[in-house]
Parts: sequence; structure tokens; C-alpha cells
Amino acid sequence: MIKLNVNGTVHTLDIDNDIPLLWVLREQLGLTGTKYSCGIGNCGSCTVHINGEAVRACVIPVSSLDSSKQIVTIEALSEDNRHPLQQAWKKLDVPQCGYCQSGMLMSAAALLNKIPRPSDEDIDANITNICRCGTFNRVRQGIHLAADINKRGRT
Amino acid sequence: MKKEIINVSRRDFLITTGKAGAGMSLGFYLSGCRENISNEAPTSLMAAATEKLAQVPEVNAWVVIQPDDTVIIRIARSEMGQGTLTGLAQMVAEELECDWSKVTTEYPTPGQNIARDNVWRDFATGGSFGIRGSHQYVRKGGAVARHMLLEAAAEQWGVEMAECKVANSVITHVPSGRTITYGNVAAAAAELFPPEQIELKDPKDWQLIGKPVHRLDTDDKLNGKQIFAADLTLPDMLNASIKACPVFGGKLKTFDETKVSNMPGVRKVVAVHDDAVAVVADTWWQAKKALDALPITWSKGPNTNVNSASIDKMLDEGLTSKENVFVGNQIGDVSKALEGAAKVVEATYRYPFQNHATMEPMNATALWTKDKCEVWCPTQNGTASLHAAADAAGLPVSQCDVYKIHLGGGFGRRGAFQDYVKQVVAIAKQLPGIPVKLLWTREEDMAHGHYHPITKCKMRGGLDDKGNLTGLHVRISGQSILAAVNPGWMTNGADMFTFQGMLPKGDHSISYTVPNLLVDHAMRNPPVPPGFWRGVNINQNAIYMESFIDELAHAAGKDPLTFRQKLMVKHPEGLAVLNAVAEQAGWGKPAEKGVYRGLSVCKAFASHIAACAEVSVNEKGKLKIHRIVAATDPGYAVNPQQIEAQVEGSFVYGLSALLYGECTIKDGAVEQSNFHDYGSMRINEMPKVEVIVMPSGGFWGGVGEPTIAVAAPAVLNAIFAATGKRIRHFPLQGTNLLAS
Repeated sequence: MIKLNVNGTVHTLDIDNDIPLLWVLREQLGLTGTKYSCGIGNCGSCTVHINGEAVRACVIPVSSLDSSKQIVTIEALSEDNRHPLQQAWKKLDVPQCGYCQSGMLMSAAALLNKIPRPSDEDIDANITNICRCGTFNRVRQGIHLAADINKRGRT
Repeated sequence: MKKEIINVSRRDFLITTGKAGAGMSLGFYLSGCRENISNEAPTSLMAAATEKLAQVPEVNAWVVIQPDDTVIIRIARSEMGQGTLTGLAQMVAEELECDWSKVTTEYPTPGQNIARDNVWRDFATGGSFGIRGSHQYVRKGGAVARHMLLEAAAEQWGVEMAECKVANSVITHVPSGRTITYGNVAAAAAELFPPEQIELKDPKDWQLIGKPVHRLDTDDKLNGKQIFAADLTLPDMLNASIKACPVFGGKLKTFDETKVSNMPGVRKVVAVHDDAVAVVADTWWQAKKALDALPITWSKGPNTNVNSASIDKMLDEGLTSKENVFVGNQIGDVSKALEGAAKVVEATYRYPFQNHATMEPMNATALWTKDKCEVWCPTQNGTASLHAAADAAGLPVSQCDVYKIHLGGGFGRRGAFQDYVKQVVAIAKQLPGIPVKLLWTREEDMAHGHYHPITKCKMRGGLDDKGNLTGLHVRISGQSILAAVNPGWMTNGADMFTFQGMLPKGDHSISYTVPNLLVDHAMRNPPVPPGFWRGVNINQNAIYMESFIDELAHAAGKDPLTFRQKLMVKHPEGLAVLNAVAEQAGWGKPAEKGVYRGLSVCKAFASHIAACAEVSVNEKGKLKIHRIVAATDPGYAVNPQQIEAQVEGSFVYGLSALLYGECTIKDGAVEQSNFHDYGSMRINEMPKVEVIVMPSGGFWGGVGEPTIAVAAPAVLNAIFAATGKRIRHFPLQGTNLLAS
């Protein structure tokens, strides 16, 4: 039995230890917002947060997790689509096909948690996700805009 | 273009009177455009969607209006990120005069299209054709629906239709000031005959076409709700993982299912056609794990001695051969011109195999019974998917249907090739009555692409003593897509697609006037399956042409801009986009220290595009692309901000190909297996892109692909300006950019 804390709910699961977190989210918990693309931790489509850090769920065996680790997926980035990144993404029409965007948003959200007003260099260093449609420039703009929205919200 | 008067076929009405069937509703429900879909209770949602639709008759095939004034616009082409869903909806809504804030979309199914005599026409989504191929009939669909809605209101009020007008879904009887909304007359309108003729607006009167409205499909892509086909769950569905013989042309010999049949969740191990084996299990992870453990032997077939070097040799032979050579463009006498030239410049270029690498790997879901086969899939061509499904199912097309789901990238991989559809049906057929989802691993996707074709190109150009281009011979040697994919489209054995960007006329005509010109193609087809690819042949042809024009300018001692301008006097639209990027980039003025510029221009998919790149190369040979100015003239610009997005994105796809894109062949198989050895550009490599959208009107050009063609050559020409080294082999990865 493995206990996982996902989006604030603790799930007790009778599953093999070696299943990557990605497939537990997608196939056991029905959280398909987190995407499979490479399976080797390279492309970032499966990015989720564990205790606020962006991680690649396709290479994390569930055996390395327990209920003390707070896992957050795209489905819980906000309750109402009002996370500053979601607002910015909407305003700038960032997604094209959208398949990589869950991972892109989760990577960006972790970056903003760490660095509230990231520079372009911070973005370059922290956002390493692949997007084949080519949304990078709007992703960059979106992160800056979300940082502005965050700041306006606080003051 | 002025107002167009279009005849309306009675057929459009007669076959549209039937209410939407349940199958169609199922497709709509799964398209994910309209509802907040959860995967948890598909059956009840399906039923709800069916019920909802059945209560609302369509005004015509393109338009359904609900009592609450929600406007549902039906879209036949596939949305894969390129924004066609929004653009096509804008075109229907322009003529419909409806409230844009209440517009949603849904996909009709290809089965319904056939049942209704192709009322939605072409489902194929490729060749940057979505909008330019359907602009007239979708606008007509909107205009006819508007007419019927107005007529219904006039009838209800007992007034002349000519006294009524409409804006934003509100119909007004002008003399009395009475108003009624579309939602209140839609049911009555659905009972009317369409007009015999309809007038389309003059483009100068467009209000919604040309406006940078937001995409209609963004919300669900921000919170994980958008269901891609890879995410689909159906009740009692099983999951399959597949492995086909890694060697092209090889077959499945044996597999030992006893070694995996006791593994958790495994339900069945099945041969798929004659070249693949799949494990079907409760979950996909279980299926994949069992497949990894499955002992398989292959009959590797005739291609085990094919490798990159042997293919290179084959192409080299074609560079000078007279055998199996086809002419794409010929003007004057190029041999004579080269003989008489004061200077002859010669160079050979090479472009590799490349994988599409859509972010969402190939997948499809099928439910087969002896009477019916249904498939849910990401497809660029629903009709092709339907025929593939029927074929594999052994059932007539009328007993099959395909439910399209938004694609996690297409790029040409999911149009002509329905291999994954055929596979999933072959698997489902062995599990009657049980839905099966097949999902490829990334490794399978890399091993079994339909690759960007491989070619080499030998260019010979003659200059007179004043540095004018007098003759040009372009010899392409390499693969034909059509020979492998669609021989029916060939012209007397020639693949005219091979000559994109160098043709005498049409959507991909050459941008220059050359007095003596020969463009020919030695067709050499190595046994690696080629395919359409975002841009396809224009990508390498623009590299060949635009790099070589730069080489000629350099040899002539001329500025690359003025050298081009002189050859483009008779190509004013091309010249205009070239001049636009040169001006905005500051061509002729000094760039920042260490930064150099390169130009490129061409015509592709009927649009004119140009780019100016700014790059630097440091003392270690490391390239940085700082800025790109890009101009595009697509004739009419339906949604300028989405055109900008496509232009920006084209640089990512085109430059990823230039920097990293290569599939090498060893022992008849592709060597690359995932993104670690088939790289793609990341955000840290992305230059600033400035987009100039300059629609000149009077024609319809594509936007999803053209800009890819100018991405690489602009950067390559800038690298030459920076280093003096001309790069002629791609990708750049592993190449020393500094002069050797």
C-alpha cells in the first residue's frame, strides 16, 4: 500500500512500487492533465510539484514518495483558472496545441514561487520544457506578465 | 475582391434536415470543445450531450443555435495548435452576424460527412490549407444561415425581410424597432428552405475577419481539462503498448507470450498485421512493462545493410546522373549560360531525415464489434482515418465512424499516415466489444516515423563580368514523398512537390527571375518511409536556394539584399516582404558589436515570406540567435495575432530542425530514440521574433508552414556573415561553425 497526497487529498493505493508517478496520476487517479511525452524526464510535459518544486513525474517511482510529500498537478494549479499564470496565458493566447502547456505552466509556477520576479536569464535557466509548436516567446511574456499580476495583487 | 454571389445548392438543405444523430453527438462530446469534460463518467455525459443536441435542430450544416443564443459552429478541419478552429469560426461568424462572445465549436464526424453527401467537404488538414481551402464555402454557410434566420423572424412578425437587419445575433425590424434574438427563431429557421443565391460581403466590410480575437480553445488547455486522444478513457477500456519491427521492411517472426501472460494486468498479447506485436493490459503502464519483458524475434528483411553512408552514396550518384531525372523548371539554356559565364560558383548541400516528434505520441482508441467499428483519434484527416479504420475492421465505411479529438501536434504526421489507426483496429478486432486504447512510446514514435525526406542538392550558378546571375542549375537528388505515399498525385513519374519553391508558377513558385534556369530531380528512394512534414520540401529547397543566392552575391562582390532585389523586380510581393524585413532589421546599418545579419525570402503555400536573422558566433564557435524580423503576406489575414503565433512557432520548428533535427540510419533502422538524442530547441535558445503581417489582399495564402522555410537560411546566411564559413550539411549540432 502506498499513500500519496495529491492535490490535498490522501489516496491509499495498492500498486507496484516501481510505477512512475505520472502513470499513477493518469491511470489510477484519472488526472490526465499531466502528460506523457518522452518518459525519460527530458521534455517536461509531465511536470508536477512536489512540496512546491517542479519535478518530472515520468521518472519518479512512487516508492520514493509518501503522504508527507505534497503533490500538486495542473488540475489544482488554481480552483478557478485565476492563477496569475493562467490569467497571463489566457490574455496572451499562449497555448497552441496545448499538449506541453500543463508542464509549462507547472514549471513556470514553481519558478514564480522561487523567484517572484524572474529575469530572462532566470527563465532560461528554469524553463527547460520542450514545445514543438513553438510557444516560447509567449511563455516568456506570460511569465513576466504573471509576475506583474502577482505584484499588483499584493500591493 | 468584391462581393461574391454564390449559388446555393438545394442539396445543402435536403440533406441537412435530419437531426444530429447520436454518433455525431458522441464525437462532439469527445471533441472537448464545448463541455467541461471529465473522464470519470463518459456514458452519462455522452447521453447528456446527445439529448442536448437532439433538442436543437441545426439551421444548416455549419450552424446550430441554441435557445440561449449560444452559437455552435461546426468545423471540419482539425485543430492541432495552428488556430484553424478559431479562424474558420471567425469566417462563419462574419457572415452569420452573430454574437462572437457566444460562439463555440464542434467537430462533425467524417462518417456523418459521408452520410450527408460531403456537406462539410474536405476534412484534410495539411498544406496550410485549412482556411485558404475553405474560406468561401464556410462563409457561405454563415451567410445562408443568416438569411434563413432573418426570414424566420420576418415571417414571425409578418413583415418584409428587407425591412429587417441583424447585428450581434439580434434581429431588428427597422420600421417598428422590434427585436428578437437568433436563439428565438433558430428552430423556425431550421424549417425553411435556403435562398437560391447568397451574397458574400466585400472584404472591405469585414468586421470579424482580420480582427486579432482570442482563440476559442484556450481555457481547457490551462487547467488540464482538455482531453487529448492519449487521455481518453472509455468504460471498461483496456490499454495497449506496441512494438513494430525496428528495421524498415522487417516482419514479426515469433513472440513468447507465456513469459508475460502472468504479469499484473496483462489480458492478451496479439500480433498486429505482419510486423508488430502488442500487449493489451488493464493499464498502459502494465502493457508497456510486459511488452518490455516480452521475448520477440524479428525477420529483419532486406534492409539490414542500409545505413546513412549507403544512402549518402545513393544520393551522391544522383547529383550527376542522367537516370531517372525529372525536370521541374526550365528556362533558356543553362549549359550554354554556364559555359559562357565569367565565373561559375558550385556548391553541394545535404538535408537529413527528420522526425515530426509531435509532443503527443501516436495513439488511437477503437471499439470493434462484428457490425460496427468506432475510432477516437487525433487526426489531420478524419476521412483518411475513417477509411483506414474500415479497411482494418473489414467493415463497410457506413458501419464505421471516427471521432476527432484535438491533436497534441500534427506537423504532417497524422494526415496521410493512419498506421496507428490501422493498428488499434487490428488489436480491437481481437477483443470484440472492448474499447482498446493504443499509445506508442516515444521510442516507437522515433523508430516508426514517416520522415522528412532526405535530399542532396548540387547548385551551379554562372555570373557575368558585372556580377549578374546568367544561369542556374539546381540538381536535387533524393527522396520523393509522393512515390511512397501517393503515387496517384505524380505527373508522368515526376514528384512536383520535390520542387517546392523553385517551380515556374503556383503556390511554390521561384522568387527570382533567372534568364537560364534548370531545376531537376534525380529521384533516389532509400527504403526509409518519407512523409509530409510541416513545410516539407520548401524547408530544404529554401535553404539550398537562399544559401546559394548568398554564395552568388558574395562571389559577385554584391550586397545580399541588392543582389536579391535585382532578381526580384518581377516578383513585387516577394520583394515587398524582403524590403520590409530589411528595413525593420536595419539592414545596411551597423548591428551591435559582434552581431551579423542574414536574409532569406521565398513563396510557400501561396504566401510571401521573408526573414532577417541577427546572430553572433563566439570564439568557441557557439551560436547565439539574437533576433529575427519576419514578414508575411498571406493575402488576407483572418486573425493577425494567430498569424504572429504561427510565425513565431515556425521559427521554433524550423530552427529546431536546423540545430538538432537528424535521424541517422544504422542496419536499416533509425538510431535516435528519444529527445535526448533527437533534440528540440528550448526557451533559452529562442530569439526575439518581430512579426510583420502585411496582407496585400486578392489571394489566400497559408500561414502554418511558410515561415519555416525562411527560418534556417536567414540564420545560415547570418552565420556566414559572422564567420565567413558556409554551412552546407545539416543539422548544425556537432559542426564547428568557425572557419577551418
